[in-house]
Amino acid sequence: MAFDENVKTEFKVIGQRVSRPDGIDKVTGKALYGADLSAPGMLIGRVLRSPHAHARIKKIDTSASEAMKGVKAVVVNSDLAEPEDDFFRDVKDNCLARDKALYDGHAVAAVAATSRSIARAAIRAIKVEYEELPSVTDVDEAMKPDAPVVQEGRADETVPAGSGPNVTTYLEFGHGDLEAGFAKADKIIERSFKTAATHQGYIEPHACLASMGADGRGDLWCCTQGQYNVRTICAEVCGIEATQLRVTASEIGGGFGGKTTCFIEPVALALSRKSGKPVKIVMSREEVFRATGPTVSSSSDVKVGMTKDGRITAASAKLRYQGGAFPCGTVEFGAQSAFAAYDLEAVRSYGWNTLTNRPKEAAYRAPGAPMAIYAVESVVDELCQELGLDPLDVRLKNAAKKGTLASYGPTFNDIGLVATLEAAKAHPHYAAPLGENQGRGLSCGFWFNFGGNTCVSLNVNHDGTVGVVEGNPDIGGSRASISMMAAEELDIPYEKVRTVITDTNSLGFNDVTDGSRVTFAVGLATIEAARAAKREMCKRAAQIWGIDAEAVVWEDGAAKPSGPNAGDHPPMTLAEIAADMDSTGGPIAGHHEVNADGAGVSFGVHLVDTEVDPETGATKILRYTVFQDAGKAIHPDYVEGQMQGGAVQGIGWALNEEYIYGEDGRLQNPMFLDYRVPVASDLPAIDTVILEIPNPGHPYGVRGVGETSIVPPLAAISNAVSRAADVRMSELPMSPPRVLKAMSER
Amino acid sequence: MKYVKPESLHAASVLLSEEPGTTRILAGGTDVLVQLRSEVVEPDLIVDLKHLEGFGDITSEDGGFRIGAGVPSAEMYEHKALHAAWPGVIEGAELIGSTQIQGRCTMVGNLCNGSPAGDSVPGMVAAGAVVRVHGPDGERDVPVEEIPTGPGKTSLAKGEFITSIFLPARPERSGDAYLRFIPRTEMDIAVSSAAANLELDTDGTVTSARVAVGAVAPTVRLVEEAGTALVGSKLDDTAIANMMAAVEAACSPIDDKRGTVEFRTKTAGVLAKRAAHIAYERAGGSK
Amino acid sequence: MKNFHINTTVNGDEAEFICEPDETLLDVLRNRLGMTGSKEGCGTGDCGACSVILNDRLVCSCLVLAAEAEGGKVDTIEGMADGDKLHPLQKVFIEKAALQCGVCTPGILVAAKALLEKNPDPSETEIRYWLAGNLCRCTGYDKIIKAVQDAAAEMRSA
Repeated sequence: MAFDENVKTEFKVIGQRVSRPDGIDKVTGKALYGADLSAPGMLIGRVLRSPHAHARIKKIDTSASEAMKGVKAVVVNSDLAEPEDDFFRDVKDNCLARDKALYDGHAVAAVAATSRSIARAAIRAIKVEYEELPSVTDVDEAMKPDAPVVQEGRADETVPAGSGPNVTTYLEFGHGDLEAGFAKADKIIERSFKTAATHQGYIEPHACLASMGADGRGDLWCCTQGQYNVRTICAEVCGIEATQLRVTASEIGGGFGGKTTCFIEPVALALSRKSGKPVKIVMSREEVFRATGPTVSSSSDVKVGMTKDGRITAASAKLRYQGGAFPCGTVEFGAQSAFAAYDLEAVRSYGWNTLTNRPKEAAYRAPGAPMAIYAVESVVDELCQELGLDPLDVRLKNAAKKGTLASYGPTFNDIGLVATLEAAKAHPHYAAPLGENQGRGLSCGFWFNFGGNTCVSLNVNHDGTVGVVEGNPDIGGSRASISMMAAEELDIPYEKVRTVITDTNSLGFNDVTDGSRVTFAVGLATIEAARAAKREMCKRAAQIWGIDAEAVVWEDGAAKPSGPNAGDHPPMTLAEIAADMDSTGGPIAGHHEVNADGAGVSFGVHLVDTEVDPETGATKILRYTVFQDAGKAIHPDYVEGQMQGGAVQGIGWALNEEYIYGEDGRLQNPMFLDYRVPVASDLPAIDTVILEIPNPGHPYGVRGVGETSIVPPLAAISNAVSRAADVRMSELPMSPPRVLKAMSER
Repeated sequence: MKYVKPESLHAASVLLSEEPGTTRILAGGTDVLVQLRSEVVEPDLIVDLKHLEGFGDITSEDGGFRIGAGVPSAEMYEHKALHAAWPGVIEGAELIGSTQIQGRCTMVGNLCNGSPAGDSVPGMVAAGAVVRVHGPDGERDVPVEEIPTGPGKTSLAKGEFITSIFLPARPERSGDAYLRFIPRTEMDIAVSSAAANLELDTDGTVTSARVAVGAVAPTVRLVEEAGTALVGSKLDDTAIANMMAAVEAACSPIDDKRGTVEFRTKTAGVLAKRAAHIAYERAGGSK
Repeated sequence: MKNFHINTTVNGDEAEFICEPDETLLDVLRNRLGMTGSKEGCGTGDCGACSVILNDRLVCSCLVLAAEAEGGKVDTIEGMADGDKLHPLQKVFIEKAALQCGVCTPGILVAAKALLEKNPDPSETEIRYWLAGNLCRCTGYDKIIKAVQDAAAEMRSA
């Protein structure tokens, strides 16, 4: 039998707006999230955290705590295993501090007790002797040669001699002759930018329930973007064999990259192992802000040269990122994405990662890209303004397209940037009139998208229904989109398919739900698994009909004889084949395992109108439109949802969200009250335009859509505010005091 | 921690007087529970008063209104006569927190929390509200601006608590308004705020003006010079400029995570100007 | 700590529980009555995920002491559907993709229901301000606001 090798373009199920299978549970309160499960005999775990930004831990005395009635276990760093690999050792030392508390909120010890009030008292009974050390939280301060040293000896081989003691990695790359390029420019602008650290701000705090027996077998329930990753980390950090630890992902109350690592899970397992009882740990919101990963904060210098008619002649970016108290590689993504939207003859990116006394950075939606592209798109906009050029025309003139050599190395295949820019240009929003104190801004955005390790199993049931088993937590409706792809491929109704997300012991390894990979990679594996099941069903039909399997094709959800010698048999539907499967060879299933490649990069363009109050510096978002290439949009509602959600997170980042540290290095705003995520009344409708430029790397043309949308808002809004306020803004967030000050100094 | 619902004002006063440890009075609880959860305060005794007689009532008195200490903002907002008479006071109370908070929070709690940024306080100060205090020595009436003495501090003695707020009768041609500045549109603590309460004569000239500002000094401040600057005017540019200068002169804010000294001072003047214009319009003035 | 014995009505049924004096209504709903539909996103009244109706008023259950609920009436997300019949808001939220991760959804539904009972025909601005205390980090609110409008229209024509 033959299957077409090309990207499919005609669909029955794909593109419909079906209802999600987890909908009822989520609107009735039945869905179980991290903190919603309890176990008989369960203890309450609680973590003691450092009040200091940087301090040597001279002594931890847990004796008084351990002696308390109702306290069943107390653990510190040495109660965990000692992984050989730096990565796992860092996770461990972040879960419970080793010899130094490296940031305000760094976990130092943990207890498990029979009630919340006893756990609270037990935490207070732990005596920690600290020796306070000088601290540093600002990225530029941290890179100075005389900065307080966060951790000794963490620079890798890329760091040039003479760099500051906190620099952990350095990179540079690009192509062409920068000097010659700048010489050809009619106008060159070089500007420095800063962006604050922002938090993913998921509404569900981290939570887990761990149960570990004396035999070394354990079960862990937690909210995570990847149960397999949790298993790998916990196995290393707790010294457990992978197969002995079954990890089940709860429903996840938002992650955005922030739930791709571990903070409390190894601690709960260690407490459970020591106490012999199940232990539940639920973080408070304050703990989430102080001790889980925000994104990096950045400082950058961008230089772009342009001719009078809008051709970019050369561009460079120097990016400095701090990722908290442990090494991170985020600047690489920033440097690679900075100029991705442009077809440039001369371009160079430089990047530094540095340590600070802040919580360890965690991924946040397109990690590293928003702050780099913010700086680049701000300078491009300023050049357009200075040269009197239309900012969309300039981007079209310089746009990356198929065949463009990207600044970070690859040559682009089919990409949707030009189509996206053209859609923005043709949209009524771009031509709408603006009033006094109003400005319009735009920015391109980019994200790589990932594929990765994926494993899917598809089972045909006797009644003609189909079960799909996958291993990636559903953070945006993926159970629906996976079911849709299975239904499409098998050509059966969507309602006949149910997709479940399983635990680590029930399916092979899957990478984390990140990199916008799930609809692409799990979808691809699901389609392949369905194809395997179809091949088997064709074989069964052939067997019944007594013909060659090669003479059977799958059409309209049924096996059909095909070809001159196949004979005249009525089609056998999936349900008919399934009903007979016991007598034709037993269970019918398909499975597929792949390390998926070919994810296909994604571009977006955001248009925004703002109004700035000249007396207070307050910015109002008046109108917002997102244009994005989604490849094939499997479920348009959920694609729009990703575009809208990312845009609004970016609006928060641009205007109000920031980690604020005091002189003492302590976080001053670890609450939603002063860590200001956008609320409903801050926003207008977020309009969306989906472009569908098929990704040749996926059978249905799917690209990841989840991350690109957070990239453009920073520059789009900064450009709009700069035009509305008539002063060029170069620091985020553009909080009202900052905007008012800039206006008073213009 | 003990939680008690005393049966009378007297019993409440005795309980609060006799408790040697930390006490908290529970009305709406929207500040007390936050303190509990964040473990900033761990009271030994919480006294719940909102069930006591009159605590949940809004009653007419001498042409004005007496508002029980347990009346949540949402109920004030829904009280048509009160809303019509004192829109500025109500809009202050109505800006505290979210819809959910509105269902619980009270003006008395907002006042006794002692925050200079309390949203309902400037409006009450501008209105000339008077609170009734119950304590071991009986009852006394106190002008609202005399209650807060500094961030988190009040002039109430041990065993004393507020039972109600009185908003006086409204003369003809009067109006009030309250505005605050926050970075978002909702859910923030005021970075600066201002309330204005004006009375006009028949030709629209201001005969009496009270201007109060919040979040720009250790307590909400009644700026008498700002009111004086408006009296005799129809809010012409000069009067407004003088009023704004008086407001700015009265500001002694702090730099913190929510705003700078410069920003708070400047916006307090801007808000006072805008509030004065709204109050003027509500009083029936036109220019 | 001396425990309290509290009598309430939850979703129309009598509910008795024992609680410590510093336990919140949310703690009791989740940990003692097994109703985990109300979520704790912040514990300080800033996110609205714990929204319930207490004595006919929309409140954050994290800011109510459980002991205060004595003799009171509590309505939670678990009581919103009538048996297997979803409330129009619940139905439209699914149909219009007004939820992604779903953790803020119970609080938003409870709050939206309270709005529509008070104001059957709210404007977009009224909906946005009413729900300003319900944080959602996934959706950007757009589809939530539209779903509330659609459900309101459906309820008005019913």
